[in-house]
Amino acid sequence: MVLKKLEVLILPLVSVFAAGLVGAILIFAVGENPLAVYWIFFKSSIFSINGIGYTLFYATPLIFTGLSVAFGFRCGLFNIGAEGQLYIAAMAVAITGIWMDGWSAWVVIPVCFVVSFVGGGIWGGIPGLLKAKFGGHEVINTIMMNMIAFALVNYLVVGPFHRKGTQILETEFIPEAARIPRIHELIPFIPKTLPLNMGFAIALLACLATYLILWKTRWGYEIRAVGISNSVSTYAGISVNKNMVLAMFIAGGFAGMVAISEVMGYRYTFHDSFSGGVGFIGIAVALLGRNHPVGVILAALLFGALIRGSLFLDLNFDNLSKDLVMVLQGIIVLFVATDKLFKKILSVFRIG
Amino acid sequence: MFAVRLKQITKRFAQTLANDAVDINIRQETIHAIIGENGAGKTTIMEILYGFYQADAGEIELFGEKKEIANPQDAIDNGIGMVHQHFMLIPPMTVTENIILGLEPISRSGILQLVQAEERIRTLSDEYGLEIDPQAKVEDLSVGLQQRVEILKALYRDAEILILDEPTAVLTPLEVKEFFQILRRLKSQGKTIVIITHKLEEVLEISDDVTVMRNGKKVGELPTKDASANILANMMVGREVLFSLSKNDVTPGNTTLKVENLSVTVNDKPRLKNVSFELKEGEILGIAGVEGNGQTELVEILTGLLKLDTGTVWYLGEDITNLSARKIREKRIAHIPADRKAHGFLSTYTNAENQILGFHYREPFCRPNGFLNFPNIRENAKNLLKKFDVRPPLPDLQTGTLSGGNQQKLIVAREFSRHPRLLIIAQPTRGIDIGAIEFIHQQILDLRTEKVAVLLISAELEEIRSLSDRTLVMFEGEIAGEVSAATFDMEKVGMMMTGHR
Repeated sequence: MVLKKLEVLILPLVSVFAAGLVGAILIFAVGENPLAVYWIFFKSSIFSINGIGYTLFYATPLIFTGLSVAFGFRCGLFNIGAEGQLYIAAMAVAITGIWMDGWSAWVVIPVCFVVSFVGGGIWGGIPGLLKAKFGGHEVINTIMMNMIAFALVNYLVVGPFHRKGTQILETEFIPEAARIPRIHELIPFIPKTLPLNMGFAIALLACLATYLILWKTRWGYEIRAVGISNSVSTYAGISVNKNMVLAMFIAGGFAGMVAISEVMGYRYTFHDSFSGGVGFIGIAVALLGRNHPVGVILAALLFGALIRGSLFLDLNFDNLSKDLVMVLQGIIVLFVATDKLFKKILSVFRIG
Repeated sequence: MFAVRLKQITKRFAQTLANDAVDINIRQETIHAIIGENGAGKTTIMEILYGFYQADAGEIELFGEKKEIANPQDAIDNGIGMVHQHFMLIPPMTVTENIILGLEPISRSGILQLVQAEERIRTLSDEYGLEIDPQAKVEDLSVGLQQRVEILKALYRDAEILILDEPTAVLTPLEVKEFFQILRRLKSQGKTIVIITHKLEEVLEISDDVTVMRNGKKVGELPTKDASANILANMMVGREVLFSLSKNDVTPGNTTLKVENLSVTVNDKPRLKNVSFELKEGEILGIAGVEGNGQTELVEILTGLLKLDTGTVWYLGEDITNLSARKIREKRIAHIPADRKAHGFLSTYTNAENQILGFHYREPFCRPNGFLNFPNIRENAKNLLKKFDVRPPLPDLQTGTLSGGNQQKLIVAREFSRHPRLLIIAQPTRGIDIGAIEFIHQQILDLRTEKVAVLLISAELEEIRSLSDRTLVMFEGEIAGEVSAATFDMEKVGMMMTGHR
């Protein structure tokens, strides 16, 4: 039993370590010193307040999207639509904020929170509904919903909601009342330039909520049951369809909450293509985090640190660019996905 | 002369000792039965002989020569064939294509010589009376015939020793008879046969020698003529087994369940046709039949998993036709499903979590605010696991790690604990050991004493015979006949099951 529990931790760690080794070979092959490269990653992401702050900042949207994918997985559904869900939510939050100009922050902020969750939730719920009603596969439908979302928000940001007098593809700024505080407003000695905001704390709360819902309530009991076996759930009087729609709605909602940290906490506007693929990296985060909220936090922190470190690669190394991070992410996912290999290696050690 | 001698075979899997210094001697040209409860190690030792596993210690001797068998190919080369409980056939391919798979006869120019292979298979089939058409597609064959294809597969590879794992589990009584004739014929033609089983009557009928295993050890090896069902059962279980259950006299009370003209069509195939019957309090009504003749659909309709086309289901005078599974559960109708893995429990949930499955959404397991009440859930699991003798009785253990018999006891515990008025129980003892069978049968009879109505669906005629007060036989979605406990006749029911009236 104890070993089983440890295994949950060991396997992702081994995967990350193995990915680091393979990455080192690649770095060596292009003529750079792997130790120097990894040192830069460490130094820039953990060894200063600024570094830690940026790591947490980059980790925040990844926690939301990782949580989104993980929640879907727990119900046996593969949500590839986090990217589309977060764009829809971000646009909805921006528009809501602009429309509610003049209202008190006590009203606007809660309303925007709800809009972010419901906006993403509807975009995730539709593929859930299609699966429940017609058996349409959620992988196909979430990908298609992504395309629709990209086109829709692009139209809105180019057309009706484009901020006048600028070439940048952005909406009007949301009013002060719709903004959540940055960390330096709450804690002294934090550099004013640091974009880390309250969104991070809300991401942690979302993880706690996920844990409670999935493992402590009757709804989570049913969602996980459906994820393990549709036929057993049906036998026990648990509605598979209802729970699939619910799980996809909640998964979409978590992805939509990216709008809280990115729109309400950082840019204060909807910026075209702001996400840079965090919805897709969320899949890797969920995989590495074993679809558990705590694992999602840890994996998001790792990926956040990688993104932070990557910004210094171009400056310090002639033969490397920040794209190395995508390579490392890819290798990590590959190793996590093939964890059976490591399990086998581990089991040999155990018996021998 | 011994065909096989296994000497001091020992095999350990992680924590468990699957085989502990086991000796088995199998005489040439005999039928040798290996019996034991689930988990006794009988399949493991045969898989060592077939090269699936390597023994940690011990020796294998074939026809007096010491052999190393490193993999199934070695076993085949040494004339050993094995027919597994789950057939290894590809349904859309023909018999010939299945048999030659991995051993395709190819001419010099690289062309598959299907005709020659067919000829050889036909000859083999005639020689042993298997009556198999080499050109038939496997998916068109009955389970009994598919089993013969598996046997042919071994014969085609020149097997001298045939190992059969639970060969009769999937056969109807009539098919079992034919199957035994084939075994006798194989024996008379010089083959040596090993059957792994837990059915004592069959051992007594067909085998020459029998080896009994318990907890990984051999507890006895004797000529079948010196054995009896009682002796063997006691050896298997390690204690006295009560063969005759104590069945009280219970006078059936009011009607609990009444179904009228049930009909349902699934995937354009009529699966139930005008089925009507009544079931009273304190009565056990058996439903006999070869699987796939409408029993599954009947159970699913009664438990809310399948919607009826026409007909009415009355329960305690109330129309419950097409209610949802949850509504039906709330009316104290318990359901123990035929396939426990597919329906009965969640393998990665803990025992405590599985003990509330279907009742998880309400008091005392769920608080009004939606949070689960873990102290109550644990308490409930502790009590039930102890009361129903589930081993190990640990609430936090994943149910998937339990043995089949204990998983079944866990489901029985859950369903019985809600004080049902009607119990629908399908294949209650499939794939579980004698000790657990005895326990579950007694539990069913106890419910009957408490005036619960029981609908028992089983493919095991012996089980139906020993428990039911009345028996309905189903054939192709219809009730083909009814017999009472007093007039139950194996032969007659067996005939009804196959459509002969």
